[in-house]
Amino acid sequence: MSFNAPDIDYAALSPVIALTAAVCVVLLSAVIGPLRRAAPGLTLLALATTAGLLIWRWGDPTDLVAGALRLDDLAISISLIATAAAAFAVLLSIREPAAQQAGSGEYHALLLGSVLGMVLLAQAQNLVTFFVAIETLSIPLYVLCATDMVRERSLESGLKYLIVGSLGSATLLYGMAFLYGGSGSTDFAGIAAGIGHAGLGGDPLVLVGIGMAAVGLAFKTSIAPFHQWTPDVYEGAPTPITAFMAVATKAAAFAVFVRFFDVALIGSAADWQPALAVLAATTIVVGNVGALGQDSLKRLLGWSGVAQAGYILGGLVVASDAGIDALVFYLAGYLFMNLAAFSVIVARERETAFGDDIEAVRGLGRERPLLAWPLTISMLALAGLPATVGFIGKLYLIEALVEGDYTWLAVFIAVGTMISLAYYLRVVGAMWMRPGGEAAPGATPAIAGASPEADPIDPDAGRRPYLVCPALLAAAGAVFFGIVPQPLVEFAQHAGSALI
Amino acid sequence: MINSLLWTPLIFGFCGLVLPKRAAGWWATAGAAVTLAIAIALLAGFDPSGGLQDTVDVDWIPGLGVDYSLGIDGLNVFLVLLTAVIWLGGTAFAAFREQERPHLFFLMMLLGETATLGAFVAQDLLLFVLFFDLMLVPFYFLFGAWGSDREGGPTASAATLKMIVYTLVGSLLMLVGAIATAIIAADGGHLTFSIAELAKHPIGEGSQRWIFWFFAAAFLVKMPAFLLHGWMPDAYRAAPLPVLAVFSGVLAKVGAYGFLRVVLPLFPAATVQFQEVVLVIALASILYGSVMAFTQTNVRLIGGYSSVAQLGFITAGIFALRADGADGAVLQMVNHGLVVAPLFIIVAILAERSGSEDLREMGGMALRAPVLAALFLIVTLATLAMPGSANFIGEFYILNGLFQAKIVFAFVAISGVAMSAYYALRLYQRTMHNRPASQQNNGIASRELSLRDGLVLAPLVLCILGLAFYPQLILHRADPSVQQSVTATQGPAPRAQLASNPTKVAIGSGIQTP
Repeated sequence: MSFNAPDIDYAALSPVIALTAAVCVVLLSAVIGPLRRAAPGLTLLALATTAGLLIWRWGDPTDLVAGALRLDDLAISISLIATAAAAFAVLLSIREPAAQQAGSGEYHALLLGSVLGMVLLAQAQNLVTFFVAIETLSIPLYVLCATDMVRERSLESGLKYLIVGSLGSATLLYGMAFLYGGSGSTDFAGIAAGIGHAGLGGDPLVLVGIGMAAVGLAFKTSIAPFHQWTPDVYEGAPTPITAFMAVATKAAAFAVFVRFFDVALIGSAADWQPALAVLAATTIVVGNVGALGQDSLKRLLGWSGVAQAGYILGGLVVASDAGIDALVFYLAGYLFMNLAAFSVIVARERETAFGDDIEAVRGLGRERPLLAWPLTISMLALAGLPATVGFIGKLYLIEALVEGDYTWLAVFIAVGTMISLAYYLRVVGAMWMRPGGEAAPGATPAIAGASPEADPIDPDAGRRPYLVCPALLAAAGAVFFGIVPQPLVEFAQHAGSALI
Repeated sequence: MINSLLWTPLIFGFCGLVLPKRAAGWWATAGAAVTLAIAIALLAGFDPSGGLQDTVDVDWIPGLGVDYSLGIDGLNVFLVLLTAVIWLGGTAFAAFREQERPHLFFLMMLLGETATLGAFVAQDLLLFVLFFDLMLVPFYFLFGAWGSDREGGPTASAATLKMIVYTLVGSLLMLVGAIATAIIAADGGHLTFSIAELAKHPIGEGSQRWIFWFFAAAFLVKMPAFLLHGWMPDAYRAAPLPVLAVFSGVLAKVGAYGFLRVVLPLFPAATVQFQEVVLVIALASILYGSVMAFTQTNVRLIGGYSSVAQLGFITAGIFALRADGADGAVLQMVNHGLVVAPLFIIVAILAERSGSEDLREMGGMALRAPVLAALFLIVTLATLAMPGSANFIGEFYILNGLFQAKIVFAFVAISGVAMSAYYALRLYQRTMHNRPASQQNNGIASRELSLRDGLVLAPLVLCILGLAFYPQLILHRADPSVQQSVTATQGPAPRAQLASNPTKVAIGSGIQTP
């Protein structure tokens, strides 16, 4: 019995290798005198290199590590979204108290570690790599959430995320065990073959496995009713990390969600489709209703993220080519919409004493138009109004859903969007319109709901180019791809055709 | 040509951002004037029997089957012109007054014009939905940021939010409906949203039924129709008046236009099936709107509720599902726009002079502002559809169509005509005559219309007069397209019967001698 070592395709592994090396370099840079302040720069360099390597591998799908990973266009597109989100997070972290308290090197190394997990997760083709990648992604994030050590909320956020995240991981792992037990394989392809050919579709072992895996992934993507951690963690974590989590974690988790369900479990699609559709509808309603009346912008975006996860899940439910295209398109659009908002929130958090309370943006239209426009565009885009990428994203999803005979879920998206207007437009109203009755003086203390331990104030934060430029860039992207969506549509179609 | 029509306002709007504050209003007015010139040129080159013309059709999002497809035909050519005229009036009126943050105000005004024109000229179902939704965005800002908070009532931003949520409830369902229509029609084949293509092969009757209501909800909220008008009173009281003039003058018509452009051709079976339901809603709007209009004392609400009644008339005309009713509806859309926009401008002028928008605190203006009173009288008489006005002809056509289609409904609708006389004359008398006791001894100071406001108001009133003399201008050009929309709902061979409709000739010649 001979053992054949697998071929190592260094070219296709290069993004992973680059990130791994970068994690070490950035971590060590903190102790090397001349490089002490270079961590953000090195991180950006590493992310740019990774992105370059990913783009180089575009359109050339390769199986790696004996089929445990697969670098195809879906993996590349999701990895690109994650690296872009990380780059934004690095810019937003400049002068962030959390990054200084935790140590710049450690902070950025953890961030890169999380990106590494996402890049691996997007390629995972095997239950083992799937689980290892999801833990590589999560563990640095647990720590990053808690890096703002003087704020109790940050510590609370990290702990909460750790506990809930571990619960999700455990459930997922248990589900994987059932699936392995039922189908006899850890490879996605092997599981698919087991379900398809051996007629295991109705096997209780496999069904329990699918159910538990879905629950575990629902924890990670904040699908209701497994979403309760989201607003708390989003609110407590340092804002750049929240921004990163909101976009990148969601993208990576949905990538593996798609790969797992649309490749490995496609044989029993008829069993999980209705269940996931119900979850999606519940999530849309719960997320949108939860966001109503939130005064903390980060909490609001947390709840809105729950609702958006419900929309995105719609793309998975239909298990079709168009569905995956729509899902990738929406995730890419979500990058622009969300990061524009978070950049502005970071700037206002440092600039005013209101923290992330909605009061922090009141009158912003007059005071700081360069921040008000990105936040306005972001809110309108998240609400799905035309001439933004959000509209096209919803259009894409609805088209996929109607085509896949899930018109009722499309109606849920429409209804959810209506509810969502009430809270998105409240933010827009606060920026541009006269202070109205809703903030009657004396009714509530001005900073109720915001973090009481206000951060040190940097009165010029609203003019700092490293905050204004990301905001403007993301907002410009949200508008540009709303008017000229074809490039992004092609990007998504490439990614979608990688699977089915 | 049509591209420049659509994008001129927006380009002017963006260029205006770099100008000094005082020039912003004039620049925007110039933009609206250029747009009007283009619209007139389009009308001059319009061939009544030519079907859809001046078309632009390029791929926009090929991946999703959406085209950037525009065109002009008899249905929209006058609505485009109406939009351009009223926007010029509203923008100029606003430019004469100092606005807070003028750059943004006029950018939003012009963005509103582009979006509205887009909704009128779009020939791709999805592009139509996109522009239909986009219209809301500038008006959200205009109403919310420049509107007035009401004491004891909702703030401007709350009133506006209510309006947006109401209107988007309809239009998001419309988005789902539009996509469903295209996908069902494509049936796995080539996906297209082109309205003309979709109209060729209407989808199955079962699907038509629910999609019909998704579209009807959007259009009826926009008008607004009875029971769906909840947003209107608050929004109308909050809105700044020059904006309200364009909003009420044009945007409400997009809903009625949508029925003719989209619902009748695409969902003919459902239209026939639900004809009476919509007619009942339309009649309820006429009665409710009229009754409310003659009990309100806020002049804006009188205008608002009278619009509900008038739009009820227009809907009834369309849902007579006969060519004459729909012809009348198209004419009446233009008429109503031309009447209601000056009405709100006059309200603005009156409110500036009397310091109040309450009917009880106005009065006696005719003595001190005779020119204003004369212009207002013309508007009033047109509103109540005095014989000799184009509104009379519009209503006549509508009622004629309705009589032949559903005689019972026509009888009820006629009462609306009588009531409109009451509320229009009441508004005129209470504001222009009836000097309130508090002002009896104030002496007579001239409160005449300023020359600048006259420049805005007089051309609009001239349009009303012009149309009164020559309504055929519209009827002649609209008829072929209207016939096409309506025939879809009429089964196999209705054209011959419609073409030889004798009443049309009789009315056309009869009105010139009142």
